[in-house]
Amino acid sequence: MKGRRSSSESSSSSKTKKPQYSKFTQQELSACKPILTPGYVIGIFIIVGVIFIPVGIISLFASENVVEIVDRYDEGCIPPNYSDDMLAYIQNSDTNKTCTRSLKATKLMKSPVYIYYQLDNFYQNHRRYVKSRNDKQLWSKKHEDDTKNCAPEATSNGLSIVPCGLIAWSLFNDSYGFSIKNKMVKVSKKNIAWESDKKHKFGSDVYPKNFQNGVLIGGGKLNSSIPLSKQEDLIVWMRTAALPTFRKLYGRIESDIQANDSVTVIIENNYNTYSFGGKKKLVLSTTTWIGGKNDFLGIAYITVGGLCLFLAISFILVYVVMPRPLGDPAFLSWNRHPAGHQI
Amino acid sequence: MHEDSNFQNFKAIIRCEDPNANLYTFVGSLELEEQQYPLTPQQLLLRDSKLRNTDCIYGAVIFTGRDTKVFQNSTGPPSKRSKVERRMDKIIYFLFGILVLMSFIGSIFFGIATREDLQDGKMKRWYLRPDDTTAYYDPKRAAVAAVLHFLTALMLYGYLIPISLYVSIEIVKILQSIFINQDLHMYYEETDKPARARTSNLNEELGQVDTILSDKTGTLTCNSMEFIKCSIAGTSYGRGVTEVERAMARRKGSPLEEEVTEEQEDKASIKGFNFEDERIMNGSWVNEPHADVIQKFLRLLAICHTALPEVDEENGKISYEAESPDEAAFVIAARELGFEFYERTQTSISVHELDPVTGTKVERSYSLLNVLEFSSSRKRMSVIVRSEEGTLLLLSKGADSVMFERLAENGREFEEQTKEHINEYADAGLRTLILAYRELDEKEYKQFNEEFTEAKNSVSADREELAEEIAEKIEKNLILLGATAVEDKLQNGVPECIDKLAQAGIKLWVLTGDKMETAINIGFACSLLRQGMRQVIISSETPESKTLEKSEDKSAAAAALKASVLHQLIRGKELLDSSNESLGPLALIIDGKSLTYALEDDVKDLFLELAIGCASVICCRSSPKQKALVTRLVKTKTSSTTLAIGDGANDVGMLQEADIGVGISGVEGMQAVMSSDIAIAQFRFLERLLLVHGHWCYRRISSMICYFFYKNIAFGFTLFFFEAYASFSGQPVYNDWFLSLYNVFFTSLPVIALGVFDQDVSARFCLKVGTKFLSFLLTIDKNLMVALIKTSYKSLKHSLFIYKSYRK
Repeated sequence: MKGRRSSSESSSSSKTKKPQYSKFTQQELSACKPILTPGYVIGIFIIVGVIFIPVGIISLFASENVVEIVDRYDEGCIPPNYSDDMLAYIQNSDTNKTCTRSLKATKLMKSPVYIYYQLDNFYQNHRRYVKSRNDKQLWSKKHEDDTKNCAPEATSNGLSIVPCGLIAWSLFNDSYGFSIKNKMVKVSKKNIAWESDKKHKFGSDVYPKNFQNGVLIGGGKLNSSIPLSKQEDLIVWMRTAALPTFRKLYGRIESDIQANDSVTVIIENNYNTYSFGGKKKLVLSTTTWIGGKNDFLGIAYITVGGLCLFLAISFILVYVVMPRPLGDPAFLSWNRHPAGHQI
Repeated sequence: MHEDSNFQNFKAIIRCEDPNANLYTFVGSLELEEQQYPLTPQQLLLRDSKLRNTDCIYGAVIFTGRDTKVFQNSTGPPSKRSKVERRMDKIIYFLFGILVLMSFIGSIFFGIATREDLQDGKMKRWYLRPDDTTAYYDPKRAAVAAVLHFLTALMLYGYLIPISLYVSIEIVKILQSIFINQDLHMYYEETDKPARARTSNLNEELGQVDTILSDKTGTLTCNSMEFIKCSIAGTSYGRGVTEVERAMARRKGSPLEEEVTEEQEDKASIKGFNFEDERIMNGSWVNEPHADVIQKFLRLLAICHTALPEVDEENGKISYEAESPDEAAFVIAARELGFEFYERTQTSISVHELDPVTGTKVERSYSLLNVLEFSSSRKRMSVIVRSEEGTLLLLSKGADSVMFERLAENGREFEEQTKEHINEYADAGLRTLILAYRELDEKEYKQFNEEFTEAKNSVSADREELAEEIAEKIEKNLILLGATAVEDKLQNGVPECIDKLAQAGIKLWVLTGDKMETAINIGFACSLLRQGMRQVIISSETPESKTLEKSEDKSAAAAALKASVLHQLIRGKELLDSSNESLGPLALIIDGKSLTYALEDDVKDLFLELAIGCASVICCRSSPKQKALVTRLVKTKTSSTTLAIGDGANDVGMLQEADIGVGISGVEGMQAVMSSDIAIAQFRFLERLLLVHGHWCYRRISSMICYFFYKNIAFGFTLFFFEAYASFSGQPVYNDWFLSLYNVFFTSLPVIALGVFDQDVSARFCLKVGTKFLSFLLTIDKNLMVALIKTSYKSLKHSLFIYKSYRK
C-alpha cells in the first residue's frame, strides 16, 4: 500500500477539487418561506370570503335569470292502451307515434331559446359504444370502406355502412314541432353542431350509404343526398356524452316566448328508451353569460366564501379571547408530553 | 541483474495462495535455483500502486483483473435502503390491494350490467347490440366478460400505483447528492477533499439518525501523531501540554497556561514533534544520570521501525514515509534528538548518531537481519540488527500490556516508575509504547533465524501464526528502556460538533481500540463526557479478574468473568433506574473484554438497555468485529437509525453494518471510504451533513412521496368515480394522451422540484435549532403512514370534488 498518493496529484495543485461557489449549488438562493401567523391567516380568509361571496351571488343571479322549461314525455306519450307494454308500442312501426304536449312559459324567454332533448340512463359513455365509430370513414370518401371498430354495425348485406358503428346506428330520431298560440314557430336547426366537427371531422363529400338497411333498425335514418358535414343532428349525436344523463342540442327558436304563453309541441316519439328504462325530456332554455341554468357554481362560491369568513371570524375570536405568544416551544407536541419523547 | 537482457533466461517458480480479498496478508514463495524465498505482503504491489523513489522495478504479475486483491475488495457497499423507502414499499402494497379491490368491485358491477343486457332474447340496452358481441361484452357469458374486465380495470386504475415515483425519487436523490458534494461548507481545504455521497439512496436517512457510532483515532482525532513526552530510565521528559490536559484544567476551573499554548503554536513548526525539554534536547542528554540508557532509547527509536527516509535534494532535509503516523513521529523525534536516520537499504539502516564521548556526529550503520512486524494481535514490533561492533541486538517496542510480561528479571529496574509514567501519560490522553531491547548471542540467533526463515517460507495459511510463535520465543527477557507518549490531536471543531449533535438528541457512542484511560480522557476533551456525569465503568481489568484469567481452568474463568460483567451491568442498571434528574446523566464505559461477554445473547439486552439509558457510551479496547457487532445490536434491537463513522480499515465492518456508513477520507488509506456511503474529510462536517442536508433531504423526500401519492390517488380515483357513471365499462374519463403523459409530462417536474429545492427553513436556522427539528422529524416519521392516509383522504376528497364539478 505504499505510494498511494503520488506526487503527481500535489503537483497539479491548480486542479483543485474545491466546489465552485454559486448561490445555486450552495442552496442559498433567496426563497420565500411564509409563516402562517394569525394575522396572515385571518387576512387571507377574509379576502377570500369577501371576493368569493359576491362572485357567488352574481353567478347565482345569472343562473336564476335563465328560464328553463323541462318536460318529460316518454311515459306521457304512450297511448293508454299500450301503457302495460310500452316496448311493443315503440317497436311497432305501425302505431301512431305523434304526441302533443303543451308547455307553459313562466317568464319571458328571450331569443334565442335553445331546444334540447335530455336522455336519462343512456350510456353513451359505454366503452363498447364510444369506440364503435370510424373517424376516417366519417371524414373522407377514400376511406368509405374502412369500417374498423364498427362491428357489429360495420357491414350489412355485404356492403359497408356509412356512417358505420353503434353510435351512428343508434341516432336519436324524435322530432319536435312548436307552435305558440296556434302559430307555427320556426325551429332553426342550423349551427347546432360544433364548427370544428363540421369542418374537420365530418367530410363534405361523404354521403350516407347503406345506412339502417340491416335486419335490426336502430335509431334515425339519414338522407343519403346530404353530406355528413351538413347532417348536424348526426354530428351532435356523435359527440358522445360523458355521463348517462345528458342533454343534446336539438335546435333554436329564434323568437321570444312571452310569459304565460303556452307552447304546443308536436312530438314524433320514435326513439326507444323504454327497453332500458331511460327517460326522455324536452328542454327549452335561454342562456346568459354563465351559460345554461347552473346553480352549483354560485352555491359553491358562496359556501366556500362563507366558510372562509366564518373561520376568519372564529380565529379572530380565539385570538382575542385566548391570545398566546408566537413560536412558544411549550406547545410543541414533544414538550407537551415529555413522556412521549422516548424513542 | 540490471540489464533487461539479463532477464531473458531468468527462471523462477512462484507458489502462492489463491486469489482472495485480504489486503494485508499474502502467502507465497519464490523458488529460484533450488532455493526458497518467502513472499509476504511486503513483496506484493497492489493494483494501482504508484512507483516512487525509483525509476523502475522488475517484477512478476501474480494476479490480474478480477483476481487482484484490490478488485476482490472492491465489492460495492452492501445495498442499503432507507427506512422511508421501505415504508413506501408497504404503502405501495397497500395501494395495490386497493387497486385489486377497486377492479374487483368494478368487475362485479360490470358483470351484472352485462348479464342483464340480454334476457330472454330481449335486449335491454339495445344501442350496445348485446345480441352480437365479442367476449368482452357477451351477456351470455357475463362471468368471462367480468374476468376480462378485471384485467382491463387493473390497467385502467394502475395510476394508483406511482411507478414513476421510483424513477423520480432516484432522480431527486442524485440531485440531492450533487448538492451534498457541492457544499463548500463540507470542503476541506487542507486535503483538497469535498464531501462525497457515494450512494445516493440514503440521503434522507441522514435526517433520522439517532445514534452515531464513532471511531476515535483519525475520526475524532487528526491521526497526526505528535511526540510529546517520554520516560527514559524512570525519568519523565517533555513538558508539552496536551489538549486533554487543557480540557481537564478547564474542567477544574483553572484556565492555565494561556501563554504556553501560544508558545506551542510557534514550536509546532516541525510536524509530528512537539517535544520540549532542555535536559535532553540539543545533545545535553549526555549529562543526564542514565546517559547510556538514553542513548539506547534514542537509537532504538531511530532503528526499530519500517519507515523510509526521503532526502530533499535541495536542502538535505530528511522527511520520512511511514506506515503509521506513530512511526513517523518516532523517527522524527529521534532525528530531532540527535539520531538521524537517513538511509535504508534492503539489509541495513544508517543513522547519524551523536557520540557521547566525543560529542560529534558519527555515521553508524546497522545491518538489518530480521523485522518482526507489527500486528494487532502481537501489539509490538521488533527488529534484529547487528551493530558495527558485531553485537546482535533485538530492539522491540510495543503496548504495555504485552511488553511488561516479556521483561527479563534484570531488566525491570525502572518498571515501577515507568508504569507510573505510563498511567500519567494515558491520563493526559496520550498513546504510549514501551521500548525495550535485548542482546542476543550468535547461537540463539542462528537457531531462531533458521526456524523463522522456514516458517516464513512455508506456503500455508497458518504461516503468520507460525512465524508469530517463533518470534514470540525470541522476544523475551527484554531490558526495559522507557516509554514514549505521542498525542493524537483532536480535529478542529470536534467538541462543538459533538455538543451540537447531543443537543439535537443524537447519541454518540465511541468505539475505540485505545486503552480505557485514554478513551475516557479523549471523551472529556471532546466534551463527550462532562463534569457532573456519573460514570458507570464496566471492566474486566480488575485484580480479581486478572487472577481468574491466570487460573488453569479457562472455561471456569470465562464463566466467572461473565458473571462479574453481568453483575456490573446489573449494578449499572440499578443506578440508571434509581437515578433522578438532579444526579446528572450517566456515562457508560466498557472495555473490550467485558464487551465480549456483554454481547453474548443472554446479556446483550441488559447491556443495551443500560447503554441506551446512558447519555454517552464509550467502548474501549474493542476489535473491529466488536465494533460491527455493537452496531448491529443497536441497529436491530432499538430499530433506531444508526450512523457509523470511521476512517480506518478496522472500521469497515462497522460502516457496512450501520444504516449509514460515513467514511473519513483521512490519512489511514481509502478502505473506509471505499466501503462507506458518504465520505467527508472532517468529523465536524457531520453536523452540517446531518442537521442541514439530512433534515432537508428527509423533509424533501417525505413530502415528495406524499405529493406523489396525492396526485396519483387523486387521478386514479377520478377514473374510478367516472366508471361508476359509465356502468364500469372501462372507459377512461380522460383522453388517452393525457392518461399516458400525466405522470411523465404534466406532473413530474413539480414533484421533482419539490424534492430537490424545497427548504422549510434555512441552513443557518437548521444548525441553530437542530434539536427541535430533529425531534419534530422523528414524530413526523412515526406518523408518515398517518400523513399518507391523510393525504389519500385529501386526494379522495379532491378527486370527488373535481368529479362533481365536472358533472355539473
